[in-house]
Amino acid sequence: MALLEVRHLQTSFFTDAGEVKAVNDISFNLERGKVLGIVGESGSGKSVTAYSIMQILAGTGKIVGGSIKLDGQELVGAGEKVMKNVRGNRISIIFQDPMTSLNPTYTIGKQLTEAIMLHTDKRGAEAKARAVELLKLVGINEPEKRLKQYPFEHSGGMRQRVMIAMALACEPDILIADEPTTALDVTIQAQILELMSSLQKELGMAIIMITHALGVVAQMCDEIIVMYAGSICEQGTADEIFYNPCHEYTKGLMRSIPTADTAGRKLQPITGTPIDLLNMPEGCPFAPRCDNAMKICIRHRAERMLINDSHAANCWMNVKKGVEKGEIILDEEGGAYCE
Amino acid sequence: MSDNRPLLEVKHLKEYFNINMGLFRSKPLKAVDDVSFFINKGETLGLVGESGCGKTTVGRTILHLYTPTSGEVIYDGKPIRTRADIKEFRKKATMVFQDPYSSLNPRMTVSDIIGEPLDVHGLCANKKERQERILELMDYVGLNSEHAARYAHEFSGGQRQRIGIARALAVNPDFIVCDEPVSALDVSIQAQVINMFDELQEKLGLTYLFIAHDLLVVRHISDRIAVMYLGKMVELAPASEIYDHPMHPYSKALLSAVPVPDPKVARANQRIVLSGDIPSPLNAPSGCPFRTRCRYATEACAAEMPEFREVTTGHFVACHRTAEIN
Repeated sequence: MALLEVRHLQTSFFTDAGEVKAVNDISFNLERGKVLGIVGESGSGKSVTAYSIMQILAGTGKIVGGSIKLDGQELVGAGEKVMKNVRGNRISIIFQDPMTSLNPTYTIGKQLTEAIMLHTDKRGAEAKARAVELLKLVGINEPEKRLKQYPFEHSGGMRQRVMIAMALACEPDILIADEPTTALDVTIQAQILELMSSLQKELGMAIIMITHALGVVAQMCDEIIVMYAGSICEQGTADEIFYNPCHEYTKGLMRSIPTADTAGRKLQPITGTPIDLLNMPEGCPFAPRCDNAMKICIRHRAERMLINDSHAANCWMNVKKGVEKGEIILDEEGGAYCE
Repeated sequence: MSDNRPLLEVKHLKEYFNINMGLFRSKPLKAVDDVSFFINKGETLGLVGESGCGKTTVGRTILHLYTPTSGEVIYDGKPIRTRADIKEFRKKATMVFQDPYSSLNPRMTVSDIIGEPLDVHGLCANKKERQERILELMDYVGLNSEHAARYAHEFSGGQRQRIGIARALAVNPDFIVCDEPVSALDVSIQAQVINMFDELQEKLGLTYLFIAHDLLVVRHISDRIAVMYLGKMVELAPASEIYDHPMHPYSKALLSAVPVPDPKVARANQRIVLSGDIPSPLNAPSGCPFRTRCRYATEACAAEMPEFREVTTGHFVACHRTAEIN
């Protein structure tokens, strides 16, 4: 049994303009000790997926369907009492912006011991000792001195380390990192990614890494989910996604990033603009921007198709490719079967 | 792409900001400290560095949005000194800003935004000419003419950046400072805008100073690249040269820290992870600014700022130990 099983998760925001299906029927598994990357552009639903797992959605947001199972225990509809025990204890989250996710009016020590006291029996000197231990774990020098300081006395990289320390206070099974390095500089990003890798190995926890940077997922992740307009386009191992992309959107993304080979040449961008979630088309959400869109793409959304044991994609192009290769045969009524 | 005549020369440029440290006390923040370089006509010079290194200040000081503390900006052989010089210079040199959300006035329509530089410099004789010019500019950046009467909030990030670029092109400039023009955009939109910069350069013979922190983007678009650290320029070389043979220890670390979008390369990559944070520019270290994080630092580095000198043709480095560590 997987550590975390998400099935047909649907999360919507009910706004004045109508229902926004931010996450629209997504399913995935997270195994113990693995790093799962969720990539996508702004508005693709990657952060909402994370907030749905933690059930920390904004007031207008609601999980409208599907199931989230942690170690077999259903979390959707389980109630606030269960979730309080899950959050911080079993699943922790760190946010994008280390500048705003700490309270500026309390010391680092107060905020860190608060998390420890909330989730464990440790009090007073014991809690403080644990805080010092955690700061040491995330590579902060002179932890005793740092505990007495306020967030403004720390740089962005240091604050993100403090956030990680706070998230690790109860040694969670799953750490969700929502764009943990986007606000940081390149050399500081390298420090934080290295820290997360070594902690993951040391503590054996699973990480869900949410980011728009393909470089970060390539470096960190075992498995990758690519999201577009609230749905999963493609999921598989890192090598499969990068070396054998099977969804037109993923292919487009890979082509559009500048690399050593593109210097002096034109990039191949994805045309058009991101989709308006209030006016979702009937078929594949990427079809309006897809250069290879076929009639079926506009009418019907592609189901999840297995490419191999460690790779699945929701794209009709795979059927077309299969037919061309003779792996899929069309019968006279237009149905298809596999050889 | 470029002929070898400097269009813009920057000599010993310094920009210090006075920071109030309390009553009657102030301290200079050396945002840009003695930077010299040139840009040839038709060339793209990439300027990279981490936040707070002074790269944006360099761009703004060149355009005299900040008055330089000392040093000189020479455009097309003529130094920029008086107010008249500056006004004339701003017809040739413009800027594209980082944030397409805050750099456009929400109360102005697209045609007002693009038309404003035309009005300021009195470039159009009558309303008809002005309107035609606006539509021509919108066409350059791939906006439809029906967008002219709309407001900025009706557009997505990528389209807003196109409006910002059309505004920069309005005065028919030769030189554009592009300050992180794609960093606020999504990956799929980023490539569209980068291509547009490329096409406009070919079509209009533009020269760019391209400021960015995304090293993959900078390598793609630049002919030469300059690396800054704490207000100082530490290395400048042709783009391929700096990627294949970085010489300054900071450039080496910076380039190795870039996450490569290729899992096999990323796993095999030997990253140089720098310890510590960038020091505050208010308390910059003596001598070489990088010495506090540099594993090659010696006493000489603390005593004196190394000279920014040409090591091989066109490859400038500011490091005392260039010869030993390469």
